[in-house]
Amino acid sequence: MKLNGAEITIRLLERQGITDIPGIPGGANLPIYDALYKSSIRHILARHEQGAAFIAHGMARSTGRAAVCFATSGPGAINLLTAIADAKLDSVPIIAITGQVSYNLIGTDAFQEVDTYGLTVPITKHNFFVRNIEELFTIIPEAFRIAEEGRPGPVLIDIPKNIQVQEYEFDQWPEPYVREIPTNELNHKAIEEAAAMINSAKKPVIYMGGGVISSEAYENIYKLAKKNSIPTAATLMALGAFPCNDLLYLGMLGMHGAQYTNMLMDEADLVLALGVRFDDRATGNIAKFCPKAKIIHIDIDASEINKIKNADISIKGDLNGVLEALLEKVEESDRRDWIRQIREYKEKYPFNLPPKDDIFHPVNLIRYVSSIVGEDAIITTDVGQHQMWTAQAYPFKKPRTLLTSGGLGTMGFGLPAAIGAAMENPDRQVICFSGDGSILMNIQELATLADLGLNVKVLIFNNGHLGLVRQQQELFYNGHYMASRFETRCDYTTISSGFGIKSCNLGKEKDPLKALKDILLSPEAYVVDIPIRENENVLPMVPPGAGNTTMIGGAGYDK
Amino acid sequence: MINNNVVIELVVRNHPGVMLHITGLFARKAFNLEGILCGVIGDGTTSRMYLLVKDDDFLDQIVKQLRKLYDVLEANVRSDYDYSIFQNPELALRTDDDGQLMNTIL
Repeated sequence: MKLNGAEITIRLLERQGITDIPGIPGGANLPIYDALYKSSIRHILARHEQGAAFIAHGMARSTGRAAVCFATSGPGAINLLTAIADAKLDSVPIIAITGQVSYNLIGTDAFQEVDTYGLTVPITKHNFFVRNIEELFTIIPEAFRIAEEGRPGPVLIDIPKNIQVQEYEFDQWPEPYVREIPTNELNHKAIEEAAAMINSAKKPVIYMGGGVISSEAYENIYKLAKKNSIPTAATLMALGAFPCNDLLYLGMLGMHGAQYTNMLMDEADLVLALGVRFDDRATGNIAKFCPKAKIIHIDIDASEINKIKNADISIKGDLNGVLEALLEKVEESDRRDWIRQIREYKEKYPFNLPPKDDIFHPVNLIRYVSSIVGEDAIITTDVGQHQMWTAQAYPFKKPRTLLTSGGLGTMGFGLPAAIGAAMENPDRQVICFSGDGSILMNIQELATLADLGLNVKVLIFNNGHLGLVRQQQELFYNGHYMASRFETRCDYTTISSGFGIKSCNLGKEKDPLKALKDILLSPEAYVVDIPIRENENVLPMVPPGAGNTTMIGGAGYDK
Repeated sequence: MINNNVVIELVVRNHPGVMLHITGLFARKAFNLEGILCGVIGDGTTSRMYLLVKDDDFLDQIVKQLRKLYDVLEANVRSDYDYSIFQNPELALRTDDDGQLMNTIL
């Protein structure tokens, strides 16, 4: 058969099972859009390429499968960069396919030419510049393999326009990439040693990260914790991987973790670091992190072992497979003394909720929302105070129910990610918690949301500030509030109606909780503007650079 | 001058972007890179590359990061290599009036 490069690209994506692609067309990728015209793939027209790529995040993060996005050359490609870097830091499998100027124009400063390949080297798991049309047959299935296999990550494929329009005669399609269950060559000696170390430990703690979700290891972690009575703390990326109502669950550790969590980690004599990378927001000052503990580190990425903290025992491999083997070797134990201490610390160093009658306190609102939408709801957040309040207070019980920009901390993530999650999960409720700082960074995607008519609720905690910046200025910069307050307070109900999306200002409702409940139960998209106190802080907080046991406002919100 | 060094030998896929991937890694991870030698091997689809790096605490992490690169097919530390060529690679390239390599006079 004879097809051009653009048609080959689209057919290869169809063969990978791709059904939806967010993107924006432009001069250098128009042949791809022409091929899309004849394809079964549904295209989602975003309003900014960053929005398109974060829609792909929402698709990929909620399913664990690679999602694709499109952009043209030059500014189109550059607008993807933030979301690609975000996918690198949070290990999200997205595949960005960009148009490029024709090969004979490369390096001439042609219109909308930029070195997309060079720009994406440091922020992709791998990137390709297609030099020959035949390469498409290997690169595209390979891109899916790279994105999903091992530690997931973003892949970029830059396709010059001449290759998109070039016709090519061929007989056979390549086999699409099919994900297989990872098979570890298990290091039995290390697993034996790890089991012995766990069995002889007095105060072991599990410190689990995003790798638990990528590896789908949550069931085996739960089994391990239960069998040997090991309390379990989660990073932001692992929230939802352990049922939050279990006695063994310690919640989120680190900068905004509960005080008992950080205090208990400090007491531990053994840390099982599972699918984690010892990020500074989780560990605090690394020299003061779990000072009495030996470390067992299990990760699929060998370069994470001994990167930040030296491990006493390290096992490289797919976490779930390693845990399966480890589980057999670990003894049953009830660890009565350690569990008693867990109970005591939870009482002695509690995370107190704000008074119940303070209904506009974000923590109360977040818990109220959770009580209405149920445990299958997918929560996305933007970045800032509302994100940390959500991480602290929302009772996540299932994996992939929290989609948040953890490593890069990208404001503007929440709305497009919610759109992507809603596309992939039509039967589930999707809520985006945002702030008035974050929402403006990708608010144009309300138009995409209106196009799709998806049931996404955007809840904006509106304090007229870049709240987490304001908080740091209050606590660490002598109250010098520089550039953290917004002069212009936007009217989000007017903005939303401009996009054709229903909205509500909760501050103007007679019965705000009733109004919020009705909105959450309604079947359509909604933007809810929620006024909150300007000086509300996220507590407790470990000052940047301090050890995790140094916490401001340790007891939480019950002042 | 460069006595605390060690050579990392790589086999890499041979295409114009591969050097960018390798030097970019050293730049963004703040690793030191003292010297590079590179040449095509076999049928031209791969190259062999020699990186002169400091033999310090970062060495293990550098090798692991190099092995993560898609275009790096092999990465091994060669502590048995003589690396004096890095001090003056010109000697390995320049010929004298008779067309003999200058390094033969070393």
